[in-house]
Amino acid sequence: MIETRELDVRVAGRLLVERLDWRVAAGESWCVLGPNGAGKSTLLRTIAGLRALDAGSVTLAGKPLPEWPLPALARERAYLAQSRGDAFAYRVIETVLMARHPYHADRYWEGSDDHAAAENALRTLDVLHLAQRDVRTLSGGERQRVAIAALLAQETPLLLLDEPANALDLAHQVAMTALLARLCREQGRAVVAVGHDLNLAWSGATHALLLHGDGQWRAGPVAQVMRADLLGACLGQPIAVIEHGGRTIFLPDAPAPMTGAVPIRRTQ
Amino acid sequence: MDAFLASTRMRRRSTLALLGACALLALAIAGLAGSVPLPLAELPHAFAGLLTGAPDGMAATLLDLRLGRASSAFVTGAALALAGVMMQALVRNPLADPYVLGVSAGAAVGALAALLFGAALWLIDAGALLGAVAISLLLYLLARRDLGGMRGGARSGAQTGESSVLLLTGVVLASACMALVTLMLSVAPESRLRGMVFWMIGDLAGTSWRLLPWAVLAAALCMALRRARALNVMALHADAAVALGVDVAGERRFLFLCSGLLTACAVTTGGSIGFVGLVVPHACRHAFGPDHRILLPAAVLAGGGFLVLADTLARTVLAPQQLPVGVLTALIGVPVFLFQLHQLHLRAR
Repeated sequence: MIETRELDVRVAGRLLVERLDWRVAAGESWCVLGPNGAGKSTLLRTIAGLRALDAGSVTLAGKPLPEWPLPALARERAYLAQSRGDAFAYRVIETVLMARHPYHADRYWEGSDDHAAAENALRTLDVLHLAQRDVRTLSGGERQRVAIAALLAQETPLLLLDEPANALDLAHQVAMTALLARLCREQGRAVVAVGHDLNLAWSGATHALLLHGDGQWRAGPVAQVMRADLLGACLGQPIAVIEHGGRTIFLPDAPAPMTGAVPIRRTQ
Repeated sequence: MDAFLASTRMRRRSTLALLGACALLALAIAGLAGSVPLPLAELPHAFAGLLTGAPDGMAATLLDLRLGRASSAFVTGAALALAGVMMQALVRNPLADPYVLGVSAGAAVGALAALLFGAALWLIDAGALLGAVAISLLLYLLARRDLGGMRGGARSGAQTGESSVLLLTGVVLASACMALVTLMLSVAPESRLRGMVFWMIGDLAGTSWRLLPWAVLAAALCMALRRARALNVMALHADAAVALGVDVAGERRFLFLCSGLLTACAVTTGGSIGFVGLVVPHACRHAFGPDHRILLPAAVLAGGGFLVLADTLARTVLAPQQLPVGVLTALIGVPVFLFQLHQLHLRAR
């Protein structure tokens, strides 16, 4: 579905990801893991086409990203930004209806099919009861769910999400992760989600991409990539992987005594 | 579902029809009100004379004068309100007005310079237009990066729609222009001061039928309506508008140029009339919601009607003395604005 070749990601001159060769196929759910400032969001914006390429190429459905017209691209991939600032008093249903924009640039008012798609998305995210509310009065978690609902209403084969679990309560984190996994499994969509919660990532994702922040990266199925040693080296925090009752649980481990990779050093 | 859709569409249509009727009513009041009463019996004849382009007799001449001024008032108010809506969408701030980027300050420099040297009437208008265009071009050059030079610009990361560069540059240029204005006011001879101050406040006295502002307004409204959906997306998501297929850089350039042109037109006709461009879009947003598909035509009708009424008041309240209309728009606008702000505050709690 989307493929990168020798892609470099640079922010302010620093090389964060070097020569990334990465392929996301339909039906795969990827989690992107890494420490703060490792270029996770920037990589996501790059493959979403919101940012100029530094080096290398990105192809979506076999066609290079810069060659896609913007409206056609918007029917192919949806993007959830990390945060939202609402300046105007739009109602929740209006914000979700706007996600239908790429489909009918020629329509002045939305049709009943758009309303049906929007209401379905709101119902899926458990926020249909908020439909007439002013978005500026929502709580952080409610706003996040409305934004994910808008993403679904865009009805694209590829979903790119920057920290979708942000501000969600535990129940909705679990439900959202299950929802994304189901979309991949049952509808053959592809998901790339940036996150920090290893347990959520493990439960929802089929593949993982680790970004170290110094150019190094590692991509593959979760079973091969989400190993204690690899995660520990990537995140700068030793990770313990515990098998318990047929489940895999990730916990931060006590720092090894002589590791130099721990980011916070104690001063004497 | 379909019934619900049909009813909301019906409501939108009736809202616009009601606003249109109010605007027509305002124009009718402007035609009838004045220090010399118009006998109703002579109206049909006068109106017919006006339509055929040969007004004869007292009533027809009066009607011609009043409606000419009212039409200027309407187009000026409508242009300012439309420019206000556009500017607010451009800088993503509901408290912006058409003057925030300094277009009116530039026009003031041009017009006041012409007034200072005692130039002819058309030179004053030309000076205002020149000043407005010059300041717009300067601003465009300085903030080009912020407005996005091309489609690639929309993807360059810096182009997120958070237009602090544009806004700050505009505000700084505006204050530079205001310094020039103050300088000219302080060196101006007594005799010309009154005209200069009236221009600054905004005055529609002596305006008559003009085609150009109407053409600009109609063109701007048509183009804006075609982009209304994209404007909604942009106003909601700064960053994600590109993700929804909106050419953000192109839309921002359109908003900048269009609101600049409308403001230049309005300021050239009536001087820098305050508050219409801030209060009318705000009131419309408050009453009809932030959806640009209804907001744009509503603001045009409401802004035009509002300024026609304010101008009619300005020339009748203290008749035969005429007040500059800018005084009345501010006097009406400030309490309305404060009331709304207070309402919003209450509602948010």
